[in-house]
Amino acid sequence: MSMALSSFTPLYTLSIPAGGRFSMRIGRGKRLVVRAEGPGANAALWLYRADHPAERLNVPDTLKAQHTAKISLFDVLMSDEGRAMATVVHDTVGWHDPLSGVQTRADVDKRYGETNFQRHRNAMLRSGYENAVKELVRNGLDAGDLVPPVNLFSKVWCDESGRMHFVSEFAPKGSEIGLRMEMDVIAIVSNTPHPLDPRRPYPSVPLTLSVYQDEPTDPRDPRLKTDEARRAMENTVWQYALLR
Amino acid sequence: MPSLAFDRDRDLVAADTRLVLPSGEGFMCTLQLGDVLRIVDLEGNQAVDTLFFDADRPYDHYSAAKTIAAQGNIYLTTGAVLLTESGRPLVRIVEDTCGRHDTLGGACSAQSNTVRYGHDKVHMHNCRDTFMLQIAMHEPRLAKRDLAPNVNFFMNVPVRPDGGLEFADGISGPGRYVELEAMSRVIVLMSNCPQLNNPCNAYNPTPVEIVIWRRGV
Ligand SMILES: [Zn+2]
Repeated sequence: MSMALSSFTPLYTLSIPAGGRFSMRIGRGKRLVVRAEGPGANAALWLYRADHPAERLNVPDTLKAQHTAKISLFDVLMSDEGRAMATVVHDTVGWHDPLSGVQTRADVDKRYGETNFQRHRNAMLRSGYENAVKELVRNGLDAGDLVPPVNLFSKVWCDESGRMHFVSEFAPKGSEIGLRMEMDVIAIVSNTPHPLDPRRPYPSVPLTLSVYQDEPTDPRDPRLKTDEARRAMENTVWQYALLR
Repeated sequence: MPSLAFDRDRDLVAADTRLVLPSGEGFMCTLQLGDVLRIVDLEGNQAVDTLFFDADRPYDHYSAAKTIAAQGNIYLTTGAVLLTESGRPLVRIVEDTCGRHDTLGGACSAQSNTVRYGHDKVHMHNCRDTFMLQIAMHEPRLAKRDLAPNVNFFMNVPVRPDGGLEFADGISGPGRYVELEAMSRVIVLMSNCPQLNNPCNAYNPTPVEIVIWRRGV
């Protein structure tokens, strides 16, 4: 089923300014669409299983199972339990970076100049690390649960020597990625600058998040690119067959 | 930053710990500031899955993403500083006769084996089982939630400019080693990989040697 999003009403919509964040439980079969409202956006994304958050996005398993170092259309985001957590079912960008993580408060202070609430009020510059930790704790987890995220809308490629190259302002305004949730998740999104983005001052691109009704992916869906993705999908289907 | 604590030609006889870790087995210890850990790939092309934690704040674990973004390179070799999620230095690679170590492949598990190789592989021994048994038997008591993506010493996982990723034959060989100096109090958690499904070790996991020099503080 291919869904023309414009003809559907989202269940939920939220604008996230630069430095902002989001976390929400999103059910199996719902679709989270993230839209960049300007060029060169970056959105760090983490997924944890809602009813058992010790299961979470595992970037190494995701990458090695699908022989890729980038996330793109019909890649499956996999958990450390060998299950499909989400599928990229809509993507106008073609490359999302799973390698580079987020900046800490110290990184942000060093790069863009020190800011704090006392002096700058809500114009203080937020870090991806702090944003993620706040949302983890808010969801009953802690800093130890932090793992590498996927940086939506950012492209980082590696040369033969392993050197990482950041492509500046890779995603144009209006870029979108749609992630179909294959399990009930806690999704965390941080609208904070990519650690390798050379732009100064602090890049400021708002995001729009929308959640739509959709259906979980059928493991037989021919758009799944690999047997590995199909098996991860089967593992999720079996888990839900036992739960429900 | 602490200075190098030992002479380059330090004597193996003077080491505080020397042990052979067969494939499929794990090792967990705490290094004090300045302690040096050497891992020797005794027969070549082995993978040693290793995680690090700040011993004083075990929630602050090794971060693959933080480490590679900070050095601008996905591979580890001499000079690389391994960082926690919060940006604290854990260990520095002070010597490396292999030349490249993987940061992206993570550990094998029963569950990821079902995805990569087939549902019937769920019963095979794997690195996460080793990690889980180690953390159940050692202080401080870590939990499965602490098992973040790890380093694979001696493993070769090249990434192509087009974003493709492959598991290539190792560039390690018999006797090659990597040496890590602790930059704070650091918990080390290791699994000598028992993977029998991956051609990059010729389906033949082999032992490694672990050598530790204590700084004596
Ligand atoms: Zn393994």
